[in-house]
Amino acid sequence: MSAQSPKLIISTGPFLKRPVDTPKVMRHVLYALAPVVLVALYLFGISALMVLLACTIGAMGTEWIITGRPRWSESTLRDGSALLTAILLALTLPPGLPIWMALMGGIVAVALGKYLFGGLGNNVFNPSLTGRAFLQASFPLALTTWPVHSGLQDFFRLRGDTFALPFMRPEFDAITAATPLAKMKFEGISTQASSLLLGNISGSIGETCALLLLAGGIYLGVRGFIKWRIPVGIFLTVAILATLLHLIDADKYPGPVQHLLCGGLMLGAIYMATDPVTSPVTPRGCWFFAAGIGILVVAIREFGGLPEGVMYSILFMNALSPLIDRWTQPRIYGAVKSKAEAA
Amino acid sequence: MSAKTFRHGVHPPENKGLTEGRLIERIPMPAEVVLPLSQHLGAPSVALVKAGDRVYRGQLIAKAGGFVSVPLHASVTGKVKAIELRHHPSGRMVESIVIATDPSSPQTLHNEEPVDWESMPAEQLLTMVKEGGFVGLGGAAFPTHVKLSVPEGKHVQYFLVNGCECEPYLTTDHRIMLDWADAIFLGIRIIQKLLGAEKTFIGVETNKWDAIRGLQDRVPADLPCELVPLETKYPQGAEKMLVTAVLQREIPSGKLPLDAQVVVQNVGTVAGIGELFSFGQPLIERVITVTGPGIKQPSTLLVPVGTALQEILDYCGGITEDASQILFGGPMMGTPQYDLRVPVTKGVSGIVCLTSKQAAGPRQEYACIRCASCLDACPVFLNPTQLGALARMGRYDEMLENYHLMDCMECGSCSYVCPSNIPLVQRFRVAKGVIREEMARKKNNAA
Repeated sequence: MSAQSPKLIISTGPFLKRPVDTPKVMRHVLYALAPVVLVALYLFGISALMVLLACTIGAMGTEWIITGRPRWSESTLRDGSALLTAILLALTLPPGLPIWMALMGGIVAVALGKYLFGGLGNNVFNPSLTGRAFLQASFPLALTTWPVHSGLQDFFRLRGDTFALPFMRPEFDAITAATPLAKMKFEGISTQASSLLLGNISGSIGETCALLLLAGGIYLGVRGFIKWRIPVGIFLTVAILATLLHLIDADKYPGPVQHLLCGGLMLGAIYMATDPVTSPVTPRGCWFFAAGIGILVVAIREFGGLPEGVMYSILFMNALSPLIDRWTQPRIYGAVKSKAEAA
Repeated sequence: MSAKTFRHGVHPPENKGLTEGRLIERIPMPAEVVLPLSQHLGAPSVALVKAGDRVYRGQLIAKAGGFVSVPLHASVTGKVKAIELRHHPSGRMVESIVIATDPSSPQTLHNEEPVDWESMPAEQLLTMVKEGGFVGLGGAAFPTHVKLSVPEGKHVQYFLVNGCECEPYLTTDHRIMLDWADAIFLGIRIIQKLLGAEKTFIGVETNKWDAIRGLQDRVPADLPCELVPLETKYPQGAEKMLVTAVLQREIPSGKLPLDAQVVVQNVGTVAGIGELFSFGQPLIERVITVTGPGIKQPSTLLVPVGTALQEILDYCGGITEDASQILFGGPMMGTPQYDLRVPVTKGVSGIVCLTSKQAAGPRQEYACIRCASCLDACPVFLNPTQLGALARMGRYDEMLENYHLMDCMECGSCSYVCPSNIPLVQRFRVAKGVIREEMARKKNNAA
């Protein structure tokens, strides 16, 4: 026997590891969103870019400061979650939003939405939507001003008060248009499904092109990067409820296609409601969570005062997630029904 | 035939190509064997020999230390050098019988003779298995006769032979099924008679089609035995998963396969029992796979129990420069070794040498993002997300009472999939250890 022992590592099993880690999951969600961002830039030009950048700087800067200004190699920014929060927040905002507001949204999303609860993995509410809810409550007018989209030739044309000074009265008079949801609610006008799919409509930066949102969602679902039951459950619930209402009164209630393709439903169901941290972990819990969101969305859109309800629906169900998890613990292998039976 | 399976589980890269084609090869007798008195689950064996005694290959040298215990036989002919503490694969020092091999001995079996098993009643068959020192060769090393003892009032409907070998890299059972079909069928015949079972199923993963076809073709006409192809998925070879896949029934929580009217044995154990009844050889040698990117010549070896790890590595050309981890068992549930003097014990199914490329050094751990990958992997449908969160806070009682901690079989699927690199299964092992200690203390206090 040779006297020299090699240097051997002692660790605990398993000794193999699936080649997927948290930063990779975040990266893939960002990849799935990349086409949506590109289309948004095409439709809304530099204004959308400014909002995206402001959110990113706000969110990542805040995280960097809160975590004690670490070097990049040691920074939590590397896990990609702050960037994802920023991009998702930006995609829910109107393209012409003043950048100081977008910046505040990014700061609030990370500071209140994430670090108030203890950082990644501990937050109760979706950080992006927390940021958006803050903006919606603070600047309701700016958050419902929807500039008209156009093509690449207008890239450098501002769509709103992008460079407005903080707390100044807006001066810029943009050409605005109602979103399909507002048309649906207040004017009873439906928008063509093809426009909704392709994004030839007014709306938030990232919620206009339903087709790309859906494609990204399918990619993430198939690769196992999101909890697929949640978007599927939301779409099913919304479709069923919308169909029922439409059958009751076709003039008053638009059909399922409008509901599914309008507004923030695609973006919310695929990218926000599936935020792993703030949704249930149990399979049954995911279905309940999704059904809850679907019911609330249709209820707010049809019976509430607002044209859109995706954000509040998700935030509300976020709060219920821990409870849902508790109620839907999986039945374990070989579970015995009662103590008496076990004996 | 379509492959059956269980729900959930994971699919790590199989990496079985290194040794699949390597025929079973007997290594030369080592100069010394180290036979720990504890190579199985249960009470240690009790030595019957003393230093200086001459022992023969196959001779009884230690008796069982209780019902859940097994006797031990000399794996070489030679002289007992000492009975002393030696390194054990578990990492502890364990009382072991050290035998210096007699270089001039022909190493024939101590008591080689065919067994007239056909005239034996079931009890006598069981006694023979017990005296043969058999333990589960799949890795758990649970005394075989205990699993084969059917308590009064229980009935065994089916005997299940486990040929899944779901651990990556290992091809031990694969080779045994290809090369030792006759021993397997004899073993099945005996165990089936012993249990009074109606029928035997052999469950094999579909990455071993050659073994499935080969065995299927050779099933004796009068033996009620069927091959069941199973989907290649980890941990298909866990008893619970195998029973569910083959029979679509569950073993009740906290109970044994017996409570689902089945008994499960590893295919290598069955072949070993076949050999015991064909020429009286107790469990003194076993087949192991020596494999992994860290070994120069991957091989399938027949080694005497008690052979030192170093000896086996040398026989396989040694480990490579960049080898950084040597495991006894597969890469999912195996045990890392730090001392090359440890002996191969009865339960060691293979030696996997990993290089720094695969070996799990400390990986950066991220916060749990509640992605639920672990819930979708857990084959017993636990909630490792919640268990992990509770473990981090040390709330072990809650894990036990509300989240079925004790049903965790430590297969490691949760740790394997976790994108945040959280050592979930390790935390559960710690929690279970603490709880067991607590229970033992309470029991002592009460007594």
